[in-house]
Amino acid sequence: MTSFPLQIVTPDGLFYDGPAEKVRVRTIAGDVCILARHLDYATALGMGEAAITIDGKVRRAACIGGMMAVTNGEVKLVATTFEWAENIDVQRAERAKAHAEKTLSTAQLDNQQILLAQAKLKRALVRLNITR
Amino acid sequence: MAGASMKDIKLRIKSVESTMQITKAMELVASSKLRGAKLRVERSRPYFEVLHQTLADIAYSKQDFDSPYIHQRTVKRSCYVVIAGDRGLAGGYNANLFKAATAHMKDKNACVLPLGKKAVEYYERRDVDLLSKDFAEVAEVNISSCFEMAKLLSAAFLKGEFDELFLVYTNFVSMLTQSPAVLQMLPLNYHRGADKEATRKLRLYEPSAEEVYDAIVPEYLAGLIWGAVSESVASELGARRTAMDAASKNAGEMIDDLSLRYNRARQGAITQEITEIVAGAEQ
Repeated sequence: MTSFPLQIVTPDGLFYDGPAEKVRVRTIAGDVCILARHLDYATALGMGEAAITIDGKVRRAACIGGMMAVTNGEVKLVATTFEWAENIDVQRAERAKAHAEKTLSTAQLDNQQILLAQAKLKRALVRLNITR
Repeated sequence: MAGASMKDIKLRIKSVESTMQITKAMELVASSKLRGAKLRVERSRPYFEVLHQTLADIAYSKQDFDSPYIHQRTVKRSCYVVIAGDRGLAGGYNANLFKAATAHMKDKNACVLPLGKKAVEYYERRDVDLLSKDFAEVAEVNISSCFEMAKLLSAAFLKGEFDELFLVYTNFVSMLTQSPAVLQMLPLNYHRGADKEATRKLRLYEPSAEEVYDAIVPEYLAGLIWGAVSESVASELGARRTAMDAASKNAGEMIDDLSLRYNRARQGAITQEITEIVAGAEQ
């Protein structure tokens, strides 16, 4: 399959820089798959799984927030959080999930706290889904 | 009499020596931490640059583009994110920053989101409205807390709780120079330069340019805050290193001076004793 240059950048630094054949990510409007020779494109990323095909092998990752842009055939995946499936700390995600669920089950929360706990729960679920 | 003053001087030398040990240790700690802080600044830069480029591209490429984040509103209330240090002993680092912030806030109805213990103390003492005290320890601020802040701030901005947002931080110019700076975060404004035509390219935005733009802005703000935090932490360490270096040098000079006085006093005491013995023998 034809490959294209892909860069994965997070605030922690450059994650991946090299050729890829297929990139599938969850955007704010649903899943999108990019192949080589895509036209110039930009979208914002939601919370979900990213599957990146490199040399015929699929690597899965948790990819949350940020954006993806295609410029002259080069793809830049600029994510807030990007973790390869094998690097995800399952226990930590489980703990985060339990903690967020506990917070949400208590009454008296203001909107801000509910949103924060919901976001934490969603992130934990995304991570757990990918390791499964 | 001479003996007592000799003892005094000896005590002074000891106390200055122990102070010097502390300042030297602090200097070493600051310079080793500084290396990590500088690396952090460099690593977060590409992320931030891509986001900025995309936002600018969207704003330039569409004539009828509109977003609540770029609307200039009449300013009734301003919000400042002030990033100071957790501790003192860093020369003029905190004082310079507060001076810059206060000068900018003059005649404004301002509320503050303080980062760093010193900032919390400073604005509590002056009865300024604080948005949140959750981020008091600037050394413990990480990327995810920056995202929390950015979400909090952009939600409050959209609700109209404030009409402009500034970021006060310290720029790490070099090891020896750090200068405080005030940056406008919201509403976003771009300097429309000569490259306006060049950046107008056809690009597909999904679901729509406005939605992509509005989704990226909080991330961009988080990137800005994170960059500023990294710069400020590096500046604080740089300032502390310089201040502690100067303090160690001063302590060294003081010790030299005191040992000279100590030796003089010792010499004086011996001379006096000899004179007394000689005078006694002559009688």
